[in-house]
Amino acid sequence: MNSWTQMIVTQLRRDLKLAARLGGGGLLAVAFFVVLVTLVPFGVGPEPALLSKLSIGIIWVGVVLSTLLSLDRLFQADYEDGSLDLMFLSPLSLGVLVLAKCAAYWITTALPLVLVAPLLGVLLNLPAENYGLLVLSLLVGTPALSLVGAVGAALTVGLRRGSLLLSLLVLPLCVPTLIFGAAAAEGHMSNFYLLGAVSLVLVVVGPIASAAALKLNLG
Amino acid sequence: MFDLANPKKFMDFSARLLPWISGAAVILLAIGLYLALFVAPPDYQQGESVRIMYVHVPAATLSMGVYAFMALASALALIMKHPLADMAAKAAAPIGAGFTFLALVTGSLWGKPMWGAWWAWDARLTSELVLLFLYFGYMAIWQAMEDPIKAARAAAVVALVGVVNLPVIKFSVNWWNTLHQPASLLRFEGPAIHPSMLWPLLVMFAAYGLFFAAVLILRMRMEILLRRARSLQLSQARARAS
Repeated sequence: MNSWTQMIVTQLRRDLKLAARLGGGGLLAVAFFVVLVTLVPFGVGPEPALLSKLSIGIIWVGVVLSTLLSLDRLFQADYEDGSLDLMFLSPLSLGVLVLAKCAAYWITTALPLVLVAPLLGVLLNLPAENYGLLVLSLLVGTPALSLVGAVGAALTVGLRRGSLLLSLLVLPLCVPTLIFGAAAAEGHMSNFYLLGAVSLVLVVVGPIASAAALKLNLG
Repeated sequence: MFDLANPKKFMDFSARLLPWISGAAVILLAIGLYLALFVAPPDYQQGESVRIMYVHVPAATLSMGVYAFMALASALALIMKHPLADMAAKAAAPIGAGFTFLALVTGSLWGKPMWGAWWAWDARLTSELVLLFLYFGYMAIWQAMEDPIKAARAAAVVALVGVVNLPVIKFSVNWWNTLHQPASLLRFEGPAIHPSMLWPLLVMFAAYGLFFAAVLILRMRMEILLRRARSLQLSQARARAS
């Protein structure tokens, strides 16, 4: 194993262990997601045909908002206890560590949302043929949300009222993912390619931008 | 050009330049508005409401142009670490947001008689709205950080991330729009625009550009003076403390 993969695995393991022992983050996001989706019928009315038409959009918007919810903690704890300074001193690129942290964040926060999404689809009368597409589109699209979110989290780390600023910075950048993701779940197949492209580009660009933002906040 | 990177020289030079640019902007704006509102012919399809276009189109173009300018200044600031580039980007943002807002308002005023609604989720209108949010985010990060050097770098990262995303956002919104509604809206199609309408538009473009330059220089001068005042206050406080 070369040092990069080793570092990614170590970082990933540490973050997953921390998330498992502290609990909270991922499950809270799921709870928020469920409550958010439950609120929509109270607003628009219980008519099954209408809900069925709106279901994919509601779920995708819900996922976008729920991934944002605990994003401000992504670097905050490491910033406060000084681990971030140690990562900064490591001889390898900070971007690689950021990528590992994003992966851990995705596993602990986004993946539970993806798993619970079909259940919410039942509540919203999602058409039967869309279940597979919805889960697949979320699997392809949520990494993009985590990676864009990481840039915002890195910029606002250590700021008071950082989480509000974070939403303002990140939400407009989520527009393409939301558009392609929701359209892919509707069954417009070409959107899967575009959604995948957004995620892949962000795998490269996101950690670089996040690392630059972290450096200026530490330096 | 690079001589001007010295704030002192910039202050001297801009003090001499500013009256000329502002004067030219005011004169061109007056001529352009007169041509657009009184001289230019009404459109055979849109009637008198076509006159909104002369205010709307330059604002929409500059709303994106200013963002590009801001991103360029931010890139220069990150690479060369020069405070004037930071100031240029910071000074440009509220002007760009103003143009974006103007484009949105005039777009919706034009939409009322044309579409029968103040707002339609038209692709261009929607991407303007997202652009406005990007401006807000950029300005908010300047507000959120107390240390101006840190804030400048964070804002530069935000501007660059935004400018990379802007084409993707524009493309995706176009894509979304064609996906959900067939293009049934009235558009400027057909052959090139008639000279009687082109000239007022060009004058308005020049006026908007000069207006941007004048306000930009004004705001940059203000920023330099504010920073000077700040460092004076700091040194005074230090002298009193010691």
